[in-house]
Amino acid sequence: MSILIENISKKFGHFQALSPLSLDISEGEMIGLLGPSGSGKTTLLRIIAGLEGADSGRIQFGDRDVTNLHVRDRRVGFVFQNYALFRHMTVADNVAFGLEVLPRKERPSRAEIQKRVQHLLEMVQLEHLANRFPSQLSGGQKQRIALARALATQPEVLLLDEPFGALDAKVRKELRRWLRGLHDELGFTSVFVTHDQEEALELSDRVVVMSNGNIEQIDQPGTLYASPNSRFVFDFLGNANVFEGKTDAGVWRNGQASIALPNGAQQEDGQLYIRSHEFFVSTEATAQADLPLRVIAINPIGAEVRLELAPIGWQSNDVWEVDLPHKAFDKNGFEKGQTVFVTPKAGYFFAHDAKQPVEIHWSITK
Amino acid sequence: MSATKSAPGQRHTLRVGDNPIVKWLLISVTLFLTVILLVVPLISIFQLAFMEGVAHYFSSLMEADTLHAVGLTLLVAALTVPINLVFGVMLAWAVTRFEFRGRKVLMTLMDIPFAVSPVVAGLLYLLLYGNNGWIGAWLYDHDIQLMFAWPGIVMVTVFVTCPFVARELIPLMQQQGREDEEAAVILGASGWQLFRRVTLPNIKWALIYGVILTNARAVGEFGAVAVVSGNIRGETNTLPLLVQAQYEDYQAAAAFASASLLAMLALVTLLFKAFVEWRQERSLNIESDKERKAVA
Repeated sequence: MSILIENISKKFGHFQALSPLSLDISEGEMIGLLGPSGSGKTTLLRIIAGLEGADSGRIQFGDRDVTNLHVRDRRVGFVFQNYALFRHMTVADNVAFGLEVLPRKERPSRAEIQKRVQHLLEMVQLEHLANRFPSQLSGGQKQRIALARALATQPEVLLLDEPFGALDAKVRKELRRWLRGLHDELGFTSVFVTHDQEEALELSDRVVVMSNGNIEQIDQPGTLYASPNSRFVFDFLGNANVFEGKTDAGVWRNGQASIALPNGAQQEDGQLYIRSHEFFVSTEATAQADLPLRVIAINPIGAEVRLELAPIGWQSNDVWEVDLPHKAFDKNGFEKGQTVFVTPKAGYFFAHDAKQPVEIHWSITK
Repeated sequence: MSATKSAPGQRHTLRVGDNPIVKWLLISVTLFLTVILLVVPLISIFQLAFMEGVAHYFSSLMEADTLHAVGLTLLVAALTVPINLVFGVMLAWAVTRFEFRGRKVLMTLMDIPFAVSPVVAGLLYLLLYGNNGWIGAWLYDHDIQLMFAWPGIVMVTVFVTCPFVARELIPLMQQQGREDEEAAVILGASGWQLFRRVTLPNIKWALIYGVILTNARAVGEFGAVAVVSGNIRGETNTLPLLVQAQYEDYQAAAAFASASLLAMLALVTLLFKAFVEWRQERSLNIESDKERKAVA
């Protein structure tokens, strides 16, 4: 079922949790609400569910206006961050709850309920745990039961609040893939909240990036990564190094360091955002860039080696991170304490007052 | 943990506060005080109750006044406990599930019965509902008598015991939060289904514990009841009042026989309370054990 959100806003006391915002979600879509804590993403999710009332605006499911509809009658599935399983009920009773509380006229027979519960437990691959209590389950198992319980009433909208937040990395990855599969198979519309960019990018059809109660950008994961439209999105999507430069005779300069302006670039002061994998690393400055840095840590991370670098003779707010393939790293054999020079291949330039970046590429590479 | 089990050759290490002298001094002083303050009096109640023989003990219990006092005491408890059960649940629900102006004030106000001397509480009720009181005068005109009769006794007992249930429930309900309830409503539960199938099972043991405390206090209350009952033997005497009346009449054996009933009631209550605490702890332990395992 499609979801239409129009000019929804919310205040808690004097705190503007959501500025009026609109969002159009198509049927069968999976939407990730991504943002830091306090960005309003959970508030938006709770307003869609009806757990929280909006101060203004309206919400529509399909062509049904649900703005003033009670939670009970919205018929959405909701998975809580801490699962909120009923601790005094068995797993099977938890899953059956949504069916048991239906008005007598709509309630399936006892046998039918039992069959549906059995089916749902098979779907989450936990039929052997039907008679356990929630306290006897692991985090990942609880999460699946919470999902089975939410899906028992066959909702057309599924809302998930930080669904994998409390799980360890491996289980999280596995469940993520499994949820995506379930979503594609059953065809419900899902909205989930997360502060983990990797999760949002991997799982969503479209990602909604939020900050301070506003929507910063709505895009498909690929587009979002390739063309972030603001400093916030760039910062939040992570792993970017920032070079604050003043133009001076064809280069951006900061202390002793300089980067050549690419062909055709505007002569403007501003900030250059460069992702950690968009670099060459060498032991001498190149014609294109003179960025001396000291190696302060070397961390092998999966397929890459991450160098943590501190600027020498110029200023940066953060430590720089540069990712290298193992091959390139092994060839050079960098050591901790050594001075290295990095040369960017591509980056994004924010002129001083600009909200939107300009994408830049250097044609002169070593 | 390995620090407490020192293998031979290993240094013996003490945790902070594990000084053996302090430990044994504290334990022995506490034990000594417990024995002379609690155990000796309790045993002497029974000893004195039987000082004129078993036959006398039972015959004094079977006296009409004593039987009436037992009946009245049970009636008061039977009315007080359900009233405060319902009131306590409502109060706890209101202050833990809703934000409203005066919530903090309400939470402070509900401790008044603990803070105020029961005699003062009794006097206040007498002033309000007695024949010359503000409400009492109107009641008198309509031929309703509350003071110096059992309704008055129930009223002050309700007052004195009203915080017990809410006090037990509030911390638990605060800790459990409202997520379970939100989950139930999203799944379509009505208000009553929510209460019966989710809220009530979650607070069950704390509720029973609160009821035990309420009952113990309702049975044993003396001060407030003494003021409003008028102390009429065979009519408005509850067990604690009867004990005092008999003692003042130089019927020491009978007084202690009545007192032994109260003492036995207290012991049963304690046993039940211990059982409930054990159940409560067990259910919490299972949960945290599993959680620890799940994390590990």
